[in-house]
Amino acid sequence: MQLESMYQEIILDHYKNPHARGLREPFDGESFQVNPTCGDEVTLRVKVTDDGKIEDVSYEGQGCSISQASTSVMTDLVIGHSVDEAMTTMDAFTELMQGRGQVEPDEDVLDDGIAFAGVAKYPARVKCALLGWMAFKDALARTSNGVEAG
Amino acid sequence: MTTTDSLPVDVTALRADFAILSRTVRDGKPLVYLDSGATSQRPTQVLDAERRFVETSNSAVHRGAHQLSEEATDAYEGARATIASFVGVSPGEVVFTKNATEGINLVAYAMSNAGTAGPESERFALGPGDEVVVTEMEHHANLVPWQQLCQRTGATLTWFPVTDEGRLDLSELDSMITERTKVVAFAHQSNVLGTVNPVEPLVRRAREVGALVVLDACQSVPHGVYGQGAVDFGALGVDFAVFSGHKMLGPSGIGVLYGRRELLEAMPPFLTGGSMIELVRMEGSTFAPPPQRFEAGVPMTSQAVGLAAAVDYLNGVGMERVAAHEHLLAERALAGLSEIPGVRIVGPEDTVDRGATVAFVVDGVHPHDVSQVLDSLGIAVRVGHHCAWPLHRACGVPATVRASFYLYNEPSEVDALVAGVREAQRFFGVGE
Ligand SMILES: Cc1ncc(COP(=O)(O)O)c(C=O)c1O
Repeated sequence: MQLESMYQEIILDHYKNPHARGLREPFDGESFQVNPTCGDEVTLRVKVTDDGKIEDVSYEGQGCSISQASTSVMTDLVIGHSVDEAMTTMDAFTELMQGRGQVEPDEDVLDDGIAFAGVAKYPARVKCALLGWMAFKDALARTSNGVEAG
Repeated sequence: MTTTDSLPVDVTALRADFAILSRTVRDGKPLVYLDSGATSQRPTQVLDAERRFVETSNSAVHRGAHQLSEEATDAYEGARATIASFVGVSPGEVVFTKNATEGINLVAYAMSNAGTAGPESERFALGPGDEVVVTEMEHHANLVPWQQLCQRTGATLTWFPVTDEGRLDLSELDSMITERTKVVAFAHQSNVLGTVNPVEPLVRRAREVGALVVLDACQSVPHGVYGQGAVDFGALGVDFAVFSGHKMLGPSGIGVLYGRRELLEAMPPFLTGGSMIELVRMEGSTFAPPPQRFEAGVPMTSQAVGLAAAVDYLNGVGMERVAAHEHLLAERALAGLSEIPGVRIVGPEDTVDRGATVAFVVDGVHPHDVSQVLDSLGIAVRVGHHCAWPLHRACGVPATVRASFYLYNEPSEVDALVAGVREAQRFFGVGE
């Protein structure tokens, strides 16, 4: 196995220098997610504007390089976008992760997210890559705007 | 350097019995299996015994008058006798279960059934004001069933804390176990820390107050005790004990619950149905004596035969040797890992009262990432909280990497682990 196929440079970069990290106010929805097999956890907040745009995503947590980097990449992909766009991106990322390495990622949609294609070959790590996204989806559902959009 | 011929166990010869140990993983890397604490590998002898049984005598035990049924019943009861003698008890005190988890649940549910099962089972009944004492280092299997029992009965759960060195803190023994205590349940050996807990003071105190002692022997029975050999429930004086076949070279799908005879005789059943009855009428039923009372339905047979073959195998090697061999491996692993800057052992750092399960964390590299690097080198370890989440919280770590050794592991595999951890540090740019 090539370790490098899982740990792409992009992933290691995000892991070492995570984007948008820290919990910020104000926020409209918050979610706490935990991976029961390894105890990794994330607390994540979203701020949504009145016209359904994701203004901010902030988070705190502990986890492996994959979960940390994936959450960091996610903030890049969703902040400044509409809730609908974010949901489309999430679906594309989820499909990639659950594809056992058989899904060809679309760089236009997933940008740095395509670096996780190698992780999809390791079922035990897919949950790690999706932890932040699960928190994002849940936090969004807990905002009044998010519920309308969802 | 330890050469393999100076080891207590002829590990080279023995490895030939375990086909899986010669396979490769992840693009041709020889498998280094350091996850026997989760489940162990099975030698040919165990597989052969199961196959022989299925090909010659397979049929439902205790149910027919035909020859096969007779043979199957003999094989099943013979297996019970072999296994009972391995742990120093009599066959009537051994109940076969699906695994250790089911054994603990059996006792916990029998206790909640005891409230309504008549006068002879009163001693098992729990209610408000009663206490169940566990420890902070329990596997979820020896924690959640007791939490649930307390919830069903109104009893209170309390627990012994763990010291910074990863040992049980028994300094408050007498105030923790009191007249209110009905059950004391604890692991003989921690599946994370490797700590071997002192059974004697806990049993002595439990006796003083009339509490029942339930020993989780999942991680001790397979490995024996250094300097002593096989675990002997009779000598330990515990009331109940459990272990799983799959952790001791045997099949999955079979575990053992030991109960002192007079307790099993008075205890109400957990699962009911066929095979466990004495007399059935439409209005109600009476139950068979133990151990049948606790084995409802057609039991696992080839698994029992396989587990007995595993016991024969372990006896053939000798449990003193098994424990001595693992002691050497633990010593080597602790020494090798502690030498690496940034690596911290979670659990006792010496080999006193300690088995060959070594949990650790690496500064700056998450356990998942350490295990991924090890996996890429063919080294199988476990990562996470190992079903002991409260223990990890108490140790201040979200997760650990755990290497667990068994009789078939070689010193060179310990060295591979140590080198692999250094490689993980290099890959993630931490350490020297
Ligand atoms: C200490 C301890 N107790 C209980 C168990 C549960 O064993 P099983 O899953 O075979 O029921 C295990 C194994 O994971 C263990 O290590």
